[in-house]
Amino acid sequence: MSQISLPDHAGPVETIWHYLYIFICCLVFLFLIAPILVIIPLSFNAEPYFTFTKQMMSLDPEAFSMRWYQDFMNKEIWQVSIGNSFFIAFCATILATTLGTIAALGLSRAEMPYKGLFMGLLISPMIVPLVITAAGIFFFYATVNDYIPLTGTYLGVILAHTVLGTPFVVITVTATLSGFDHSLTRAGAMLGADPTTVFFKIIMPLILPGVISGALFAFVTSFDEVVVVLFVASVEQQTIPRQMWAGIRESISPTILAVATILICISVVLLATVELLRRRSERLRGMSPG
Amino acid sequence: MSEQLTTVDGRPLKAALASAERSKRIRAVLLVMPLFIFIFFSFLYPIALMLYRSVENPLIAQHMPETVAVLEDWDGNEVPGEEAFAALAKDLVVARESREIGKVATRLNFETPGLRSVITGSARSAGKWEPPYKEKFIDRRKEWGELATWATIKRLSPTITSVNYLAAVDRQYSVDGEIQMIGEDYQIYVDLFLRTLWMSVVVTVSCLILGFPIAYMLASLPLRHSNLLMILVLLPFWTSLLVRTTSWIVLLQTQGVLNDIMVWTGIIDDAQRIQLIFNAQGTVIAMTQILLPFMVLPLYSVMKTIPPSYLRAAESLGAHRFLAFWRIYVPNTLPGVGAGCLLVFILAIGYYITPALVGGQDGQMISNMIAFHMQKSLNWGLAAALGGILLVGVIILYWLYNKLVGIDRLKLG
Repeated sequence: MSQISLPDHAGPVETIWHYLYIFICCLVFLFLIAPILVIIPLSFNAEPYFTFTKQMMSLDPEAFSMRWYQDFMNKEIWQVSIGNSFFIAFCATILATTLGTIAALGLSRAEMPYKGLFMGLLISPMIVPLVITAAGIFFFYATVNDYIPLTGTYLGVILAHTVLGTPFVVITVTATLSGFDHSLTRAGAMLGADPTTVFFKIIMPLILPGVISGALFAFVTSFDEVVVVLFVASVEQQTIPRQMWAGIRESISPTILAVATILICISVVLLATVELLRRRSERLRGMSPG
Repeated sequence: MSEQLTTVDGRPLKAALASAERSKRIRAVLLVMPLFIFIFFSFLYPIALMLYRSVENPLIAQHMPETVAVLEDWDGNEVPGEEAFAALAKDLVVARESREIGKVATRLNFETPGLRSVITGSARSAGKWEPPYKEKFIDRRKEWGELATWATIKRLSPTITSVNYLAAVDRQYSVDGEIQMIGEDYQIYVDLFLRTLWMSVVVTVSCLILGFPIAYMLASLPLRHSNLLMILVLLPFWTSLLVRTTSWIVLLQTQGVLNDIMVWTGIIDDAQRIQLIFNAQGTVIAMTQILLPFMVLPLYSVMKTIPPSYLRAAESLGAHRFLAFWRIYVPNTLPGVGAGCLLVFILAIGYYITPALVGGQDGQMISNMIAFHMQKSLNWGLAAALGGILLVGVIILYWLYNKLVGIDRLKLG
């Protein structure tokens, strides 16, 4: 019996309350999702307005157009930005995933000393306000600039985004490893596999779902990041979020809605991937003993 | 006495075990080290560097060495004598030649507004003057005959200073070295901290009020249905922050969707469209929607572990449905409520992007002021001090979160 279904003996107060409750929940879900959905039809607006025109409401085909998408395709700055965003996010994801996965392997070992302290420090980039992180990195890059040029370079942005992405990898991989049966690695070793083989043949396939979700989180974090980019990047490293930021602050054009719609599609794909992985991981863990 | 146990090769068993343990521990630490070193150099050290900026003050000591040396013995009771003015003239001329005078003037101006032109103007003239200087300086700018000017220079002489932290809480040193409130027109930071706290509390409470019912619904529906509804919570979580902020602008601006709907349905007149965004209220609305998933997910995972039989037991013992819910179910959700509230509050208190884009005048938060001093006014010392105070608050909350919830239980979807 599900708890929110109405029992047969419910009185009128409970019946009213029950439907009121469902109505409230619907409103909250609407509050969560409506702002995202409303952007999609508006991005096909033929007029440069941010609201539904009369013609749009009457579903007049004339009122809809792809002009803002064409604008997005034709403007060089958007093309450069999207290339930069993907490049930076890709590099930061590779770095964050590698470092984060290795660290998670160590952190989930029972022998790890000061586990809580290390975990706390390694997760902290997720908790510390972005402005503080960005300011710190800005000062740091300024002091080391004479030796390694980091301010206004791709390397600088990638390293900063790696910092922001690693906590997600550490969290997801340690979570996957918490259900990991360590007798499997011992069994592998006993059967003659060296540690590298054990890692790639036994550990990796089992924690892969966690690693991939961590990597996707790291990717999204970098792909969506604007504060650090504003502080340490130059115009050369223009990214999609920075271009949107500038667009919203200065002259908001409907092209931003087209970009937003494209980004929503990307997040739907990412969400679907993570959900599939999560279910696979749960299935796998259900199979392993313990 | 029992005989000591040994391994095959004759080592005491205890020692052999200890060394095996040690090598395991070293292996675990070695795995964590690469990330730790990386985080240390590109995160922890930079933040320490920023905190150092908040107390570091090399500029005046470096570029006005003579004046600083003379002022060391100054008691602050009367305008210093010719010796100090001569040192000042020398320093200003040198600083002007090395093109550092602008920095010095700016630094002094942060402390006492108006000093910039006093410094740059006097520096321009000082090169042409012959001693004695005192009269000429005071003739050029009357500020040189005031104690406050000299007190400012003396106050900024030490290379380690607390003036930034004092400024961050609307305080300053008076001429005689006492800590006092600054002029009422300049008092902004304490109010801003309070407003940041207040807005974060409002956002957290709103998230709890909105998040509790839907978390309960998600937890009590059969998995098949709740998975579908869960997507409605997770999709915003995965959607770009800028996209969501943009959508709130589109929805709430005066020519936006919500106002249009209200005009069409006749709730309001076309002339009296409501300003819903670019103010504190718009920021709170947008931040609540953006942070709501962080409340729902911990609540959901706690509610999922509460057996439904608890409620049935309470009801069968005679409790009314509502009473059973309030006395039995709600107390069991408290760990989730605590985790969600702390997480939302921690994230809200340092929020930057959304207030910057939709905050208008009265919706700005402390992060926006830090960014302003970092990028516009270039008062990095003050930015670092404001950041330091914010950081201490966040670290305390983070520590609390770790104590109560445990960071390893942080849920991400």
